[in-house]
Amino acid sequence: MFDNLSEKLEGALKSITGKGRIDELNIAETIREIRRALLDADVNYQVAREVTERIKDETVGQKVLSSVSPGQQLIKIVYDELVDLLGTNQEPIQFSQKPPTVILVAGLQGSGKTTFCSKLALHLKSQGKSPMLAAADVYRPAAVDQLETLAASIDVPVFSIRKDGNVVKDAVNVAREAVTAARKATRDVLIVDTAGRMHVDEEMMHEVEAIRDSISPDEILFVVDSMTGQDAVNTAKEFNDRLNFDGVVLTKLDGDTRGGAALSIRSVVQKPIKFASTGEKLEALSAFYPDRMAQRILGMGDVVSFVEKAQEQFDEKQAEKLRKKISTEKFDLEDFYDQLQRIKKMGPMKDLVGMIPGIGRKLNDLEVDEDAFKHIEAIIQSMTTDERSRPEIINGSRRKRIAAGSGVEVRDVNQLLKQFKDMRKMMKTMTKMLGKGRGIDPSTFLSPN
Amino acid sequence: MALLSGKRSKQEEEKLSAGLEKTRSSLFGKLNRLVRGKDTVDADVLDDLEGILVTSDVGVKTTVDIIRRVEERVANDKYVSTRELQSLIRDEISHLMLDHAPDRPADFDAPLVNQPHVIMVVGVNGVGKTTSIGKIAHRYKEAGKLVILGAADTFRAAATEQLQIWGERADVEVIKQGQGSDPAAVAFDTLAAANNRNADVVIIDTAGRLHTKGGLMDELSKIKRVMDRQVDGAPHEVLLVLDASTGQNAIRQAEEFTRSVDVTGLILTKLDGTAKGGIAIGISNEFMIPVKYIGVGEQIDDLQVFDRESFVKALFD
Repeated sequence: MFDNLSEKLEGALKSITGKGRIDELNIAETIREIRRALLDADVNYQVAREVTERIKDETVGQKVLSSVSPGQQLIKIVYDELVDLLGTNQEPIQFSQKPPTVILVAGLQGSGKTTFCSKLALHLKSQGKSPMLAAADVYRPAAVDQLETLAASIDVPVFSIRKDGNVVKDAVNVAREAVTAARKATRDVLIVDTAGRMHVDEEMMHEVEAIRDSISPDEILFVVDSMTGQDAVNTAKEFNDRLNFDGVVLTKLDGDTRGGAALSIRSVVQKPIKFASTGEKLEALSAFYPDRMAQRILGMGDVVSFVEKAQEQFDEKQAEKLRKKISTEKFDLEDFYDQLQRIKKMGPMKDLVGMIPGIGRKLNDLEVDEDAFKHIEAIIQSMTTDERSRPEIINGSRRKRIAAGSGVEVRDVNQLLKQFKDMRKMMKTMTKMLGKGRGIDPSTFLSPN
Repeated sequence: MALLSGKRSKQEEEKLSAGLEKTRSSLFGKLNRLVRGKDTVDADVLDDLEGILVTSDVGVKTTVDIIRRVEERVANDKYVSTRELQSLIRDEISHLMLDHAPDRPADFDAPLVNQPHVIMVVGVNGVGKTTSIGKIAHRYKEAGKLVILGAADTFRAAATEQLQIWGERADVEVIKQGQGSDPAAVAFDTLAAANNRNADVVIIDTAGRLHTKGGLMDELSKIKRVMDRQVDGAPHEVLLVLDASTGQNAIRQAEEFTRSVDVTGLILTKLDGTAKGGIAIGISNEFMIPVKYIGVGEQIDDLQVFDRESFVKALFD
């Protein structure tokens, strides 16, 4: 995708290269390509227009640098703009001086509130807090059961009100009583899970306001599905108008959504994105990183998350070695093979490929499953040491030999070599961006947080 | 509004109308304002049309397709008035959406070819699979069919309980095992029970899963495969549930789920918000999958049979 956008921009910018300066006329088509890329990523139409307008203003009159291609120059400008828009500071949760800190969690149906509440509880618990959950989703069938089951698995108490085994349908009361219960039990954080609601549902929006008024939360979090399309701005705006929330939680980021909604919401409500939720396991919660999100929106793949996952498998020394290899373009097939072995330990391939820039989609097209992985290994195993460190020497007859040795077709060998080449190209592009102001510095990916 | 077929109650019509009100007021309302006072279709109109379609989540690709075709027709006919533009766009959108296949009727009282008629419901997390199943079960039950539900979402906490409650509301039996049990086994048992009881319709609920998770998608294929061992050709329908507020990722969802379990129809949920569900147009077009039902609320009656003509018509009226 990144390659794709980059190529498109190069094509659109062909007319400029000889011109020396970017002007309104010669940039028009390029700006449209950028806008379409943003729209493809679900960035709101209005927001995409504004962003591209600003980019145009910034670009017009600039000299076309000869050191980098104009396409890369532009992508850098777009990337910086997105990172700026997404916010640069990490904004933590505000804890109350007088415990319990009350956190109200709200959002649309199916956005992932209940799962997030449990994740947050676990997260806070691991920071030494003693959280309690309140089951104020009294409408959705079995919502209270769901929260109780999840909470039991992390050993966190849940406050709920049942009568004769049935959930009592008074969310405001549940929330209010939960605060008292948390105080009595000397729990220092109370997380209130609420029912999913449509922002146009007057009655339900009124209910969540009533909950807020009755418990005066220290922190209100708006949970939103990262796959949301153009409508994200409407929902976020309505929830913000009603609740004046403090932060946003982006969920389901473990999929392959480009997540333009994040940018739209940021731009429209000006509230920080505080958490990113990345899986069904309760540990899968992380802080939000604007630079990664910008890369994702631009289709550059989530290199950082990938590398972070990798860190679980690599020790510091190995990570440093890898960093050096990437930045000096010495990453060869031997390294690739070594990574494969570690990657295999990181989890199912399909979870990981989407994060790799350049090759993600291509691997997908080949339907690489765990078995196909074996082919790749076999192919590399059939290469000589020399071939592994210098893949460019692998000519036709070598390819034939390698194919025969690994029991695959020559075209499989070709494909692997092509993928590897693409990956290297991608890494090269990234390293080129280094040192040009705030670029994408792979070394920062690898330093521990 | 002479919206949908005679079987629809006034209430239903109002509900869809209200649900679509947002779409109408934002999509074609804008279009009306856009073309009002103009004689011909110019670049400005097409530019704004692009914005309107994209804002409805129709997607850049489909939008560009629609605009290109409109442009072509404008070029061929030389002169196109703005009124003609409306019917032109309506035609184009209508053409992009499929009708139901005759062997998989969407009407609940239509005769079923297979007994039991087996429906498998799939989708990513939080789109409204279980709720939709509750509603569909209710409609089949009301049409006099014997319905059995299979709780094959054995992963999510309390998913079985949630389906059980919907089963009680619709007054149909739910076949289940505990959380963490093998979903394929649940599906298999459900079909066995359906055979024993001579059930007419079986609906299998599955756990929400992101389409990028290879292992979970394989699991889904396996659940699908075992059904055929109990009932020939089962499942006869695989319905993919899409949240109407989802953006372009829905295309990827359709792609991956189709690859794994050969989706035969779509359920578009949460159309009672402001989301326009424009993704359905692109998906129906790209994957040749019809939208079968739409969800317009949280109540058991808030499900409607999707009708292409009426949908497009409702957008304009």
